[in-house]
Amino acid sequence: MTTPHSPAEVKVRRPRERPSAVVRSRAVPYLYLLPGLAIYAMFMLYPLARTVTYSLYEWSGFGPSVFVGLKNYVALASDRAFQAAIWHAIILIFFYSVLPLVVGLVLASTLRRGQVRGMGAFRALIFLPQVIALVVVAVAWRQIYAPDGGLNRLLGLLGIHSDIGWLGDADLALPAVGIVGFWLETGLVMLLLLAGMTRIPNEMYEAARLDGAGAVREFFAVTLPSVRGEIATALVLTIIAALKTFDLVYMTTRGGPGAATTVPSFEVFNRAFNYKQLGSASAVAVVLTILVFVINVFVSRIGEERGGRR
Amino acid sequence: MKTSHPARVSTRAMAGTLLAGALALSACAPGSGQSSQPAGTSATPAAVETDIASKGKVELVVWDQEVRGSQNDSLVALNKEFEAKYPNVTIKRTSQANEDLQQQIALALGGNEVPDVIQVNNARGDMGQYVTAKQLVDLTPYAAAYKWEDRFPSSVLAKTRYSADGKTFGEGNLYALPQTGEVVGIFYSKSKLEKLGVSVPTTWEEYFAALDKAKAAGELPMVLGNLDKWPALHVFGPLQAHYVPVDKIVALGMGNAGATWKDDANTQAMTQFAKWGSEGYFGSSPNGTGYDAAWASFTKGTGVFLPGGSWLGTDMEAVMGDDLGFIAPPKGVDGKLATTGGTGIPFGIPARAKNVDVAAAYIDFITTEAAMKTIATNGGMPVLDTKELAPATGVQHDIFTAFATVSEEGTLLPYLDYATPTFADTAGQGLQEVLGGQRTPEQVLEAFENDYAAFTG
Repeated sequence: MTTPHSPAEVKVRRPRERPSAVVRSRAVPYLYLLPGLAIYAMFMLYPLARTVTYSLYEWSGFGPSVFVGLKNYVALASDRAFQAAIWHAIILIFFYSVLPLVVGLVLASTLRRGQVRGMGAFRALIFLPQVIALVVVAVAWRQIYAPDGGLNRLLGLLGIHSDIGWLGDADLALPAVGIVGFWLETGLVMLLLLAGMTRIPNEMYEAARLDGAGAVREFFAVTLPSVRGEIATALVLTIIAALKTFDLVYMTTRGGPGAATTVPSFEVFNRAFNYKQLGSASAVAVVLTILVFVINVFVSRIGEERGGRR
Repeated sequence: MKTSHPARVSTRAMAGTLLAGALALSACAPGSGQSSQPAGTSATPAAVETDIASKGKVELVVWDQEVRGSQNDSLVALNKEFEAKYPNVTIKRTSQANEDLQQQIALALGGNEVPDVIQVNNARGDMGQYVTAKQLVDLTPYAAAYKWEDRFPSSVLAKTRYSADGKTFGEGNLYALPQTGEVVGIFYSKSKLEKLGVSVPTTWEEYFAALDKAKAAGELPMVLGNLDKWPALHVFGPLQAHYVPVDKIVALGMGNAGATWKDDANTQAMTQFAKWGSEGYFGSSPNGTGYDAAWASFTKGTGVFLPGGSWLGTDMEAVMGDDLGFIAPPKGVDGKLATTGGTGIPFGIPARAKNVDVAAAYIDFITTEAAMKTIATNGGMPVLDTKELAPATGVQHDIFTAFATVSEEGTLLPYLDYATPTFADTAGQGLQEVLGGQRTPEQVLEAFENDYAAFTG
């Protein structure tokens, strides 16, 4: 914050007694932070540090452990199951983030422009997937994707005969899971963008129109730059969701068929609880955390560039 | 970002200090925080005590996975009887689905509050690892005291025996006792067979012919829902016995050295399985169909055969009634009956349990002859006296008889995922890939062999 004190503000200030030495001490602001920090440290920093420690050991989760240094990380470098999982997560980013962003922009700007009647209802409907428990979502989509499920019946109505088990096909399973993610995230993205767009003053659109801009021009010249911050926020949220997907995969495909839909979080779970390789599982978790962090630092810079609205 | 100024540097330094502090706090080696009972010696009880009434007030903590109808009913009944016999003992029971339980056990054994009795999966990934880490009580002294070796056939006890170092599976110390039996076989619809003019197959050739006939008639030959990966193991396991000698399958399935996945016999078995997948013997998409959805559709008239485990009998009979039949798979290449199966999840005792003697008495109590009767009356399939306790008619009669015949005259083959800590995954993935045509039988067997060889060394 660099706003200078306005003269009015300065004038209101009344002379007070000098604060005590304790209050003046430089440590005071940090004392206020202490309770929050303590909780954060207990539930975030400590587990994080503990995970990092685990990743340096070979340990089954019970009994003695062996310190192995960075061996677990070195092993990941040539671990094809791990690399496949990372690759799948990157593909999921397209379905969780990019696609919802494109569709969300179109939906939000349509709703913003059109002042559609019953807008509240539309908003609620599109946002609904975010509210439903993920397990329920997964069970429902499992049935939709079944060979005799809703999707194939719908195709049948359109005259296309299909008895594909969508989640059981090696090439289709990952996109099928991705589509569920798209369905989940679009509402959130749209709502965020819409909130940003409703804050754009109508005068700006009027001005654009006076200059002879059509709807498309208006979108690129006024709407898009104004919601840069919201776009960054939406991307950060959805990319995190994509990279840490677990429940959806666990409930729909368990990483199958074969290993076509494994994701990093699923690898963490599988290694920790099924293989009982706590060290390797922690190493995957740490790499995943770093990956999420790096990608998001990168993405939030998009939001900060130029305008600096946030 | 703007140029960094002093304030930012100091926050960064502080964050670093904090993280370093947290690291230092957590720097002790994992697993070192456990109360240090000498794990190496606690696995074998010092003295066996069978007089429970003299033990004073005891709360026995039991973790089981008998959540389904008949299984839950029989354990509830047995717990009540045990408490009536020993009024000084109160049973504190926690039951949950098996998958959850096995994960809970792994977590609990790493902590300080351990239950007294646990239902622990036989597999190397579970029981095997706990034995190696000396986390389970060796029950051999109790087996002598309670004469369990007279009570159980040795083939059943073999499934809960490990060498003390956990290296050999199938012989050595005894770590748990089972209560119920399980057998994987083939369910069929009697009316469908009649319509096709096929009699119940007694050889693999007859079975293959019946499948072809069903397919030619436009019926779905076999129902399989393999979305969850593991169900295919229960189809491949019995099929394997048609090609591979029993002793080889046992070695492969128990992760003991001396066998290989890459021989002709296994290749034939896997090729046949792949053919079933690619030629649609399981329908258009077994990998895309859920396990429960599959057997539910079978009860509604889809398909002629359903290869699967005895545990499906009760639920399917409720819908299909007398139309449902069950056979053990035909005799294997050795000329003897052999199919995947064995026992329900057996009961063991954690090494750091507080009431080991009472726990052993409990395990003894729920596996007696009387207990077997209680299990049968409540609708479960007891592991002992199965033929005598079989219902007179219905699919349960078929199942009980099949189990008794295989366990007495043939071999109950281990579940293939017992083999190594990672084999459930390797096998589940591989069979899905072979079914879907993603990989060839040879490639999948290569993956199986790599997992098996890496483990057996």
